[in-house]
This record gives sequence, structure tokens and C-alpha cells, in this order.
Amino acid sequence: MNYHKISLTVNGSQEDVIVPSNMTLMRMLRETLALTGTKNGCSAGECGACTVLMNGEPINSCMVLAVECDGATLLTVEGLAQDGHLAPIQAALIEAGGVQCGFCTPGVLISAVALLRRNPDPDEAEIREALVGNLCRCTGYERIIESVKVAAKKQAALAFTTA
Amino acid sequence: MAKGNSEHTHPIGESTKRVDAPDKVTGAALYADDIQFGNALLHARVKRSPHPHALIKRINIEKARALPGVKAVVTGEDFPGHIGLYLQDRYIFCRDRVRYVGDPVAGVAATRVEIAEAALDLIEVEYEVLPPVLDPEFGASPTAPIIHPELGQYVVANFIMPVAGTNISNHFKIRKGNMTEAWGQCAAIIERKYRIPHIQHVPLEPHVAIAKVDASGEVTLWDSSQSPFAQRDLIAQTLGINQSSMRVVAPVVGGGFGGKAGVSMESLAVAIATKVRGHPVKLLLTREEEFYTAFVRQGLISYFKIGCDASGKILAMENTFYWDGGAYTEYGVNITRAAGYSCTGPYEVPNVKTDSYCVYTNHPVGGPMRGFGMPEMHAGLEQCIDDLAYQIRMDPVELRRRNCLTEHSILATGGKMHPTGLAECLEKAAQAIGWGKVAPPSSPNKRRGKGLALMWKAPAMPPNAGSSAWIELSEDGMITLGIGCQDIGQGAFTVAAQMAAAAFGVPFESVRLATPVDTRYSPYEWQTVASRITWSTGNAIINAANDARTQVLELVANAWEENIDDLDIIDGSVVSFKTEKEISLKKLVVYGLPKPDGSGWLGGPIIGRGSFMPTYVTGLDPETGQGEQAVVHFTTGAQAIELEVDLDSGKIEILKGVAAFDVGKAINPEMVKAQMEGGLVQGISSALFEQLQLKGGVVQNASFVDYRIATTADAPLKMQSIIVEVPQADGPWGARGIGEHSMVPTVPAIANAIYDAIGIRFDGPPFTAEKVYLAMLDAGIVKE
Repeated sequence: MNYHKISLTVNGSQEDVIVPSNMTLMRMLRETLALTGTKNGCSAGECGACTVLMNGEPINSCMVLAVECDGATLLTVEGLAQDGHLAPIQAALIEAGGVQCGFCTPGVLISAVALLRRNPDPDEAEIREALVGNLCRCTGYERIIESVKVAAKKQAALAFTTA
Repeated sequence: MAKGNSEHTHPIGESTKRVDAPDKVTGAALYADDIQFGNALLHARVKRSPHPHALIKRINIEKARALPGVKAVVTGEDFPGHIGLYLQDRYIFCRDRVRYVGDPVAGVAATRVEIAEAALDLIEVEYEVLPPVLDPEFGASPTAPIIHPELGQYVVANFIMPVAGTNISNHFKIRKGNMTEAWGQCAAIIERKYRIPHIQHVPLEPHVAIAKVDASGEVTLWDSSQSPFAQRDLIAQTLGINQSSMRVVAPVVGGGFGGKAGVSMESLAVAIATKVRGHPVKLLLTREEEFYTAFVRQGLISYFKIGCDASGKILAMENTFYWDGGAYTEYGVNITRAAGYSCTGPYEVPNVKTDSYCVYTNHPVGGPMRGFGMPEMHAGLEQCIDDLAYQIRMDPVELRRRNCLTEHSILATGGKMHPTGLAECLEKAAQAIGWGKVAPPSSPNKRRGKGLALMWKAPAMPPNAGSSAWIELSEDGMITLGIGCQDIGQGAFTVAAQMAAAAFGVPFESVRLATPVDTRYSPYEWQTVASRITWSTGNAIINAANDARTQVLELVANAWEENIDDLDIIDGSVVSFKTEKEISLKKLVVYGLPKPDGSGWLGGPIIGRGSFMPTYVTGLDPETGQGEQAVVHFTTGAQAIELEVDLDSGKIEILKGVAAFDVGKAINPEMVKAQMEGGLVQGISSALFEQLQLKGGVVQNASFVDYRIATTADAPLKMQSIIVEVPQADGPWGARGIGEHSMVPTVPAIANAIYDAIGIRFDGPPFTAEKVYLAMLDAGIVKE
């Protein structure tokens, strides 16, 4: 097995790690950096529970090798809250009841963040489309979709107050 | 019950936010796979049978054992005991015979997962392949190969009736009234056969168990679990461990739906760990393994014969259920029983004959899944009710109106129905879906339809399933609530905190939960199954709160020289209605209060305890299924669906789903609605997409690509949840469970809506686009 030293930014913090060639980004986050918020639901890129932002784009971290992340900037669920304050989408998920067992929640949050960055005011069809790769077995999705709408409003309000 | 009545101290019926949500949205919540065990951790993998049915002739593990990095290899020889919840029919690792594809034959623990997997390839197993049983109806016949020749010797619970010398692991019967006479009085009779496929639970979190046996033999198991106490009991018994030397720690659970109840893969991890003392051993199922080795929802072949008179009064029902129980029957035998005593659905039927058989097959192990037999059984029954109505030219809602259970209705088991809001659920669901109003389809190549179904379900459990709770008071006036139930996503912890706050008399924010559940420190709970936690654990919490309250009030009454009846706890303070004195709990619950004459102190640390067990449940006659009170109670409800069938593709789009359930009392209304929504979509998913495709006993679709569950694109465009509240006499604030019920009537409601749209009935779900299109082609509705 070959090992590689890579440097990357995870949730704003610079990390140098040594990873074997076959280690996925998901395993590196969970096992090497102990960022266990990113979940392993299928290891096959199908359930979305391990979604993280890589250079601003949502990806299934189980489908990317850690070595591919040399020089990358990553955002995981642990990086959403700032200085102890929940991000609007996190607060919205609590407020609108979009959390049940919570296992899909980190992936849902990251996909929603990617959507809201791309489109701060998505309509329902756009929200459904953006989250179609995040399987949830508990909620029936209704409250997750509602959460994204609430977060969009919160973000708009935030932008208004800081403007 | 608590007298506290201010808004803060009585958060019953308030939609408080989930207590576990902040941890879950920040990634801080620790699921079993997230716990770090350091370098001592070993990884386990399991060698599984490739055959559905075979004798094991020889196993050679020497090469696997010699592989560097391998720390242990175990086989059935190492563990001779049987395990099973109601019927002890399994070895932990197979000893003489394999009974399904995936049956564990050997286990390996190694320093890395890759090494453990490589070791599996080095284990040689020689089989003598036997003919498999792949159909439950055939399996119940005298010509079928016998899968468990030892059935007559197995240890079995006294309410389960296996038939030795056959593949029937339970035969439940109802014999009530006079069938011959009843059929003669019928104006219309419907006879139908339905098939319900195996489906999987698909919690997003796969099964994981980490077991460690320390030098002195003390065992700890960390796992994703709905049943930590049952696991402690069953695994300890089977492996000859003292029960109190076995500890199960159950962290946050990433979904269960029944799949993480009882004992499945957890015993494998513990068994392997006994051979590598001191090392934590982790067994994490791959998603592929999840699909074919976790409990599947049992398949069902059901026959219904139902008759009514000209006025629509149902007179007779004859049902035969063949449950595809799979290779072993952890819960399957009791699902068969539950479907038997619930066989009439929520209707009063004077004449009933039912045979419900649990049948061993060489399919994956059948287990409980959200609804415990009720979605499977209602799927056929509620379509028959529609067809019966059509046959006597009556509106299906009207037929249901005339037959649905009300208080004092006589049940199939002979007992009487308690007060129920079923009729109200029916009316509200029908109204919300616009029953009787025809809306045009959204385009000319679509047909639109509406369907409705009723349901009932009791918590299916042994008559002595108990709950307990404790409440400890802290110096700062907070209370800590100890419970042994699990929050598998349904919100049990939040509701428990609401009930403790209300029953004791402190603000909701003053309640802390002693979690995760740990059998060493948490109070006993039978299992988090059967939608019984709000009701059963809730009663234990009330009892614990009352015990603690009484201690506090007695203390203050003595110190103030007042009567206890004049005191109450409101918003975290003890108040006197008589003298208007007030004292905060902060000051008294640990250190006590000075005696009135100053001669010393009263009181001391306060802990309240409470337990609950429904002691009033009676047995049923094994020949007739008759008895006074078969179950604790039934939750009832209705769902209605509006959908469109695309004539070009056969695709079904759910436009609107309505759910109305009588929950007795909604402790947290928004979370009750969230359960209704989640169950509805899980039901839609099972109706439109889900089927474990088995070919010769081999699962063909063990991935999310081939086994599809509903996504955001499949959830209904509109959902409406309606709460009906007819209180349960022995429920906390009148509450009944709702977790499973919300999935029960969905499949027949959809099937009835499809029939309304295109006039076609199917013999079973899933109603895939392909199946629907081909049926429309056959019926001449569309042309090639």
C-alpha cells in the first residue's frame, strides 16, 4: 500500500494528513480527522449521507479518494455553525421539524447549503431536485423541504439586516 | 397526575422542539459507528452461506486463522446454544445446516477490515445442497421439504403454536359464530387472493455492533439498537454469560422501523469478541449485507372471503394467511398472531374463521417492520372492502361508515372495543380528499383517481412487557429523567421530557435525559417497538414523577407544618395554596429543609421511581382465539390518496395524501404529524417501488440503485395530517401510539385510487410503472 501526504483545508482549518492510496475521503474525515458528522450510509454514492462540499460543490465523500483532495477546500457538517451560532439552515431544520433519526441530516444540510448558495430563493421544485440524492427514510421529506424554505427566508432576512 | 397547570409546567399538547435536534444538526450526535475505540479495535466480517438450503459437511478455517492480522476465527462449533425471542430456533453461527443465502457460517476478527475480508475467502466450507422452500403456501403443505426437523424440540413462548413435523412455526386460529349460516345470509360475497413481497426497512444507518469482553468476562456491547434490554437477556442466555455481566450501550439510532429490534447481527459480534478478550470487535454491515441479512418484512399470501347483506352490513369473513417467515422466526411467529387477532380490520364482524400460518422458507429472516403485519394484512382486506361496496352498488366510504368499529363493538376475539375516533377519522379523511368530487386530470394522457382505507393496530407484545423510569432531582432544580426506551427518530426522548416536566411540575427546559440508554444504568424497558413507548413508558414516567412529587411535598409539608393537599409544584417551585408560601426546588431537593423547631434537618436527596406493566391482558383460547382482552388497546385511523396514472408510461404520481389517526392525545402535535407524514411516504414507497427480488432464494437487488425507496421527487405534492383525540383510559393524558400506524393503510388506499382511475386491480404491490403499463395494455386501456 502506498501512502501519500496531502494538505487540505477542512472547515477553515489547514490539515496535513498521510493517507493510504485506497482511503476514501469519507473514511479520512471519519477515521483520520475524527469528523464523524459525515455519515456512512451505503459507501456507494447512492444515499447522500456522506455529502460534503469540496471546493464549493456537493460531492459524495465515499466516492472520492482522499488523495484527490490534496489542495482542496472542504466543508462538512461540523463547519456549518460559526462561533457557536447555528447556520440558518441548521436553525431552520430544528424549527421546521426536518430532523428525525438525524442520520441523513448532515448530508441534507450540505446539499441544502450548496443549493442556497447557488440559488438563494429556490422554489419547491428546485428544492426537491437539489435534495433528490439525499435519501431519508423518516421524515417523508415534507419538513426537510419546508426547512430549506425557512432557511432561504432566514438568509434573506440576514442579508437585509446586514445590508 | 400532576396538578401543575401553568403553561410552562404543562407542556402537554405543545409542539416543543426535539431535544436531540441541536446535536443532530451540528454533527455532534454520536451514533454507534462514530464512537472511537483506538488501536485495540478489531474488525469483524462474516462468512455467509451462498445456498438457500444445505447441510454443512465440513468447514476448514486453518488457512484463515494463519493469515497475518487475523486474531480469531469462529464457527458454529464454538457456540452450541439456541437463540430466539419467542421461538429459539437459531444458532449464532450455523452448526449443521444453512437455511438462507447469507446465513452466518463463520466469523473473523482482524486488525483491518481488508484482512478480515481476505480471511473469509480462505475459509473452506463444503455443503450438501438441499431442495429449498421458496413459497410459504407450498412450505405449509405436507409435501414440502422440512427446514427445521427439530421444531418440536425448540423452546417456545406459551402463546405461540408451532406444528412439529411441518414448516409451520405458528398457527393462530379464530373460530367465531356460524360460518355456514352467515354465508347463506349474504347478499354479496367477495373472494380475493393477494401477494405481498418481502421488503427491507432501509434505515439510513446500517446495522453496527461493537462488542468487548474484558479479562474478567464482563461483556459490553455498543450497538444501534431498539432492544438493548432484550439483547442483554437473549445474548447472555445463549452464550452462558451472567445477565448482569452483560451490558448493552445504545447510542443515537439512525432509524430502525423494527429492523433493529430483537437480536440479529449483534450476537455475532459478541460471540466473536469472546475469543479475543480485551479487544473491542466491530461488525458493521455493508449496505449490500443490510438488504439480505437484516430482518426483512415478511412476505404474505392472503386469501379473503368477505360477505355482507344488502344493507352493507358485513356478516362473515374467512381469511387464510400464509406468512413467508423466512429461515428463522425472531418476531415472525408473533406477527402471524397479531394479524390473526386483527384479521377483521377495524370492523365488527359477527362470524369469523381465520387461519394465520407462519411458515419457514429458505428466504431471508422475517422480522417486524413498521406495522407488524398490519400493512400486509390491510393491503388485501381494504381492497376487498371497496370491491364488496361496488358489488352491492354502495359508496365504499358509506360501507365503511356502516361497519367501522365504535365503542362496545364486539371484536373477533370476543372482547369489546374501547372508545375510538375511527368514524371521525373516516369522515375527516374523506372530506379532506374531496371524496365524491371528481377533478379532471392534469393532462389528457392521465387518469385521476381517489382511494381510501381504514386501519387498526394494537401494540403486539407479550402480556407482561414492562417499562420503568426514574427521576432524580439536582441542586439547581433540574430533574434528570432516566428511561430505557430508545429514540429511533420518532421523538420518544422529547415526548418523555415533556411528560416528565408536566407530571412533576417543572418547565420543559428543566428536564435532562439520562441518555444514551445503558442497561447498566438505565431503568428497564422491554423494547422500543410496537408503538408503545409514549403510552407505556409515559405511564412509568408519571409514576416516577408522582413518587418524586410526593417526597418533595411531604418534606415541605412537614417543614411548613402544612397539609400536603394544600401544596403543589408549579414551574419548579413548591407553593402553598393556603399560606401562599413559595420555595424553589433549587433549595430543598438535595439538602432538605430545617425542621420547624430548628432542631435539625428534614429530607435529603430525592429520587422517584415508577414502573408500568399492563397486567390486565388475558390469553386467548388456542382453538378459537377467543378471550376477554387480547391486547391493551387499538389505535385506529384512515388515509386517503389522490393520484394520477400516466397512460404513456404507467407512472403513478401521488398528488395528495391525507392521514387521520386517533392518537388519544397528541403530547406533541407537530411530532405526531411528522410521524403521519413519514409513515405515509414510507407506505407510498412500499406501494410504488419496493420489493426484495428473490430468485432461487438469492436477493437480486441488494443496492440503492436496484432497490429504490422514495426520494424528494416521489413524496406527494400535498400532505395533510389530521389528529383525532378520543382519550385512552389508561394512556398518559389519554395518549396512544402512532409510529407504525401511519404506514398501515397506504398501500390499499393507493390500490383503491388506482382502481378508481383505471379500473384495474393488481394481486399485490409494488405498483411499478412497468406493471401498471402492461396491465393497461392487457386491459385495452392503452395501445402499443
